[in-house]
Amino acid sequence: MDEPLSAAPAAGAAPAAGPPAPSAAGPVPHLYSPAGHGRSPLRIPVRVRAGFLIPAAVILAAIIIWPAVDSVWLSLHNHDGSKWVGLHNYKTMFTDSATLTALKNNVIWVVCAPTIACALGLMFALLAEKIRWSTAFKAVIFMPMAISFLAAGVIFELVYQQDPNQGVANAVAVGIHDTFAKSSQYPGARPRPNEGTAATGGSFNTVQTYQAGSVVTVPLVGIQAASLPGKAAQAAAPTAAPAPDQIEGTVWLDLIYGGGGKPGSIDPGKKGMPGISVKAVDVATGKSAGSASAHDDGTFTIKGLKPGDSYRLELPGSNFAQPYRGIQWLGPSLVTPAIIASYLWIWAGFAMVLIAAGLASIPRELQEAARVDGANERQIFWRVTVPLLAPVLLVVLVTQVINVLKVFDLVYVIAPGSTLPNANVLAVQMWNVSFGGGQDQGLGSAMGVFLYALVLPAMYFNIRRLRREKKEGGR
Amino acid sequence: MGARSHRSVTAVAAVGLASGLALAGCSSSSSKPSAGSSNSSAATSASGSASGSAPGGGTASGPALPDLSGKSIQVLAEWSGTEQQDFQKVIDAFTAKTHAKVSYQGAGDQTVTVLQSKIAGGGAPDVALIAAPGAITDLAKAGKLTPLSADVQSTIDANFDPGWKKLGTIDGKSYSIMFKAADKGTFWYNTAAFQQAGIQPPTDWAGFLKDCQALSDAGITPVSVGGADGWTLADWFQNVYLSQAGPDMYDKLSHHQIPWTDPSVKQALTTLGQLFGNDQFLAGGKSGALQTSFNDSVTNTFKTPPKAAMVFEGDFSSSVITSTTSAKLGTDAKFFPFPAAGSTANFVQGSGDAAVALNNNPATMAFIQYLASPEAGSIWAQAGGFLSPNKNVPASAYPDDITRAEAAQLTQAGPNFRFSLDDLSPAGFGGTKGAGEWGDLQYFLGHPTDVDGTAAKLEADAAKVTWS
Repeated sequence: MDEPLSAAPAAGAAPAAGPPAPSAAGPVPHLYSPAGHGRSPLRIPVRVRAGFLIPAAVILAAIIIWPAVDSVWLSLHNHDGSKWVGLHNYKTMFTDSATLTALKNNVIWVVCAPTIACALGLMFALLAEKIRWSTAFKAVIFMPMAISFLAAGVIFELVYQQDPNQGVANAVAVGIHDTFAKSSQYPGARPRPNEGTAATGGSFNTVQTYQAGSVVTVPLVGIQAASLPGKAAQAAAPTAAPAPDQIEGTVWLDLIYGGGGKPGSIDPGKKGMPGISVKAVDVATGKSAGSASAHDDGTFTIKGLKPGDSYRLELPGSNFAQPYRGIQWLGPSLVTPAIIASYLWIWAGFAMVLIAAGLASIPRELQEAARVDGANERQIFWRVTVPLLAPVLLVVLVTQVINVLKVFDLVYVIAPGSTLPNANVLAVQMWNVSFGGGQDQGLGSAMGVFLYALVLPAMYFNIRRLRREKKEGGR
Repeated sequence: MGARSHRSVTAVAAVGLASGLALAGCSSSSSKPSAGSSNSSAATSASGSASGSAPGGGTASGPALPDLSGKSIQVLAEWSGTEQQDFQKVIDAFTAKTHAKVSYQGAGDQTVTVLQSKIAGGGAPDVALIAAPGAITDLAKAGKLTPLSADVQSTIDANFDPGWKKLGTIDGKSYSIMFKAADKGTFWYNTAAFQQAGIQPPTDWAGFLKDCQALSDAGITPVSVGGADGWTLADWFQNVYLSQAGPDMYDKLSHHQIPWTDPSVKQALTTLGQLFGNDQFLAGGKSGALQTSFNDSVTNTFKTPPKAAMVFEGDFSSSVITSTTSAKLGTDAKFFPFPAAGSTANFVQGSGDAAVALNNNPATMAFIQYLASPEAGSIWAQAGGFLSPNKNVPASAYPDDITRAEAAQLTQAGPNFRFSLDDLSPAGFGGTKGAGEWGDLQYFLGHPTDVDGTAAKLEADAAKVTWS
């Protein structure tokens, strides 16, 4: 705004009158003239300039500058802004463990999310170049960008549900697991508490010892009669006098629908548990001496024991292992990576589009020249393509860093209340302390200021880059 | 009704809307802030066909109200949607009796904030219905509220157990009376599961644990706990504490006059740990419970096949049952009063909207007097989704047995009704997701043997905020 005022035409002229006449000095009216060309050739009256500038300046001041300054001001006051507390809020912020967790998570986000988004974007962009339906491919990858963060958060909250019937992530995990490891036949079944058994590592051992030639009854509870296999029949008592080298017994579900029946007795209506394996463990050696599998009526016979020796019976844990429940995606340890994955789902497409545009502008001759010179594909990629793409990659990276620093909605929506403290990031913590319960606008503002300070380097980088591009463009 | 029940039920409605995209009932967004309240839209459907009946309770007669032709009053409350329509029926009946003009404004979850800004701006309403006792106390002490007139008080005396009047008394003066209440003493159970295990609803904590064992033996997971939302755990704790330590200790704790490291708190935590500490008793175990939202915990209990036999939360759970499962209230799903862990009987922990007067105009007082009458309560009761602490609202006014039982539990509680402690606390302690009481009790659900550590955490968090 250091243009000479004398350039103005007749002072009384209506400011809005007609387009300004091109000056005699410059051939073309040029609003922006590169440095070195001297003064603007335009003669615009100050009032006109002010008239154009003031609305924008007022809006800028009202919605950007004033709130920013006010935030700094508020950050130096107590929770309702009534008392000056100096830097106390900043001290509180950096000593509070919740904020430190949030800061730690922000670091994880800034390190991981932009780089992975860039890498994925680069991968997709290169892939899109090679395949036939590249436009469709790009459109699909880009599609999540059309979804709001909130909606994406809700979607991923469902994806990560613990119940494999609800969350697709765990449905896959459980599906894969169960393909390789069969689930047990009677998950959760167990002897009644305090019925002469001890549990060790999922197996149950009888406390009492039995001699070969005796009879053992093993009542179990803890599963529903409806979940017994169809072949399960009314439980039968074991033979009264087994052979001297055998232990006979019955494993049955000691339950009757609606209660009733006597615990521990083989009442009508109680069914055997076919297929349960029972081991006889030699008390003296601690080694398995024989095993048997229960029949449909629950009876089993362990043969080949030494008459007179004493044995403990063991029901191996493999009978009762609980089904695999999948991965705790939103548990304390995985919640942040899980949310970052949902972020990547959205932003990889954005990175891909920018990088694809960059790829398209790389002169093909360079790659071909390298190929002619005998470089292999890997060398071409790392020595030619990536260096040429570097400016684009940097732009994507910096944009993502700014994006990631202010990430809020995904974390807020996806993390369940119980692991929100583990998934916390600064923007969420800022909301929490100022509106989400804390009602401490002073501390909240301090966090806002801190977050702003964190974004500054990225902003500075972006502005410098813009300036440089402008200069290059003006040359 | 407390803000939280709105949030939760709003989330149910949101799930319903999104059902094309999502599986019904598996959203755990129940503690997300969301303005507005479509609370009784679901609750009304819970009441079935009876909700169509016309307003104007035939059996209940209102107080003698003056003719207020030409007078007009403004009423501020949180209700919108169906609840607003039902409240409008109450207003219309008042207008028909007195010819006063009543204009209603709904302010959603932010009613207190709206009221405060209206007072500051000089445009205060005449009557406000507020679900925050702390705010009422603050406003009364600041001289913004007018004590209720003698006529209103005599109506209250005639229709409410003295305990309810005491709740609205500040420094010896009666300032408010609860019009609509939420009952958080309801423990919901799947009748088929109870039948299968051959057990009866428990009456005390020991019986409850015995039933849990019986259910577990029968292969049925006893309880689903919505531990992903901290407020459900707060309600668990508060019910145990209220019944075990008694209302007086509860009052002290809710004003932080005793520390959270008090033996009574530890005893309540130990009691709660008898349930939380047994992985066989919780659907999904401890870690599963921590990932289960309030909505899911209710749905788990009543879907087919059920994942648990019992779930504890307030009367508003019924709207989740009807909107996310095919279980029928009163046959498939019933409730029993929260099993007392101590000697306090007929206790109810809950919340509610209390009417306050902002001036002494006859029309203002007449409206509150009307709200305190059985007539006003009956009108909304018939529409459903409403519980009145008014003992003279006839049982026949409620649309179904479940609501009748809830209302009976509420009116009988009288002196042992206590507002939810987390709602009474500063929001930094009792209203922040994953922090304060909610967060600490989530820690406890994950570490149910660490009673001392949890109490210490609670006390440390309580010491951070300013108590009234």
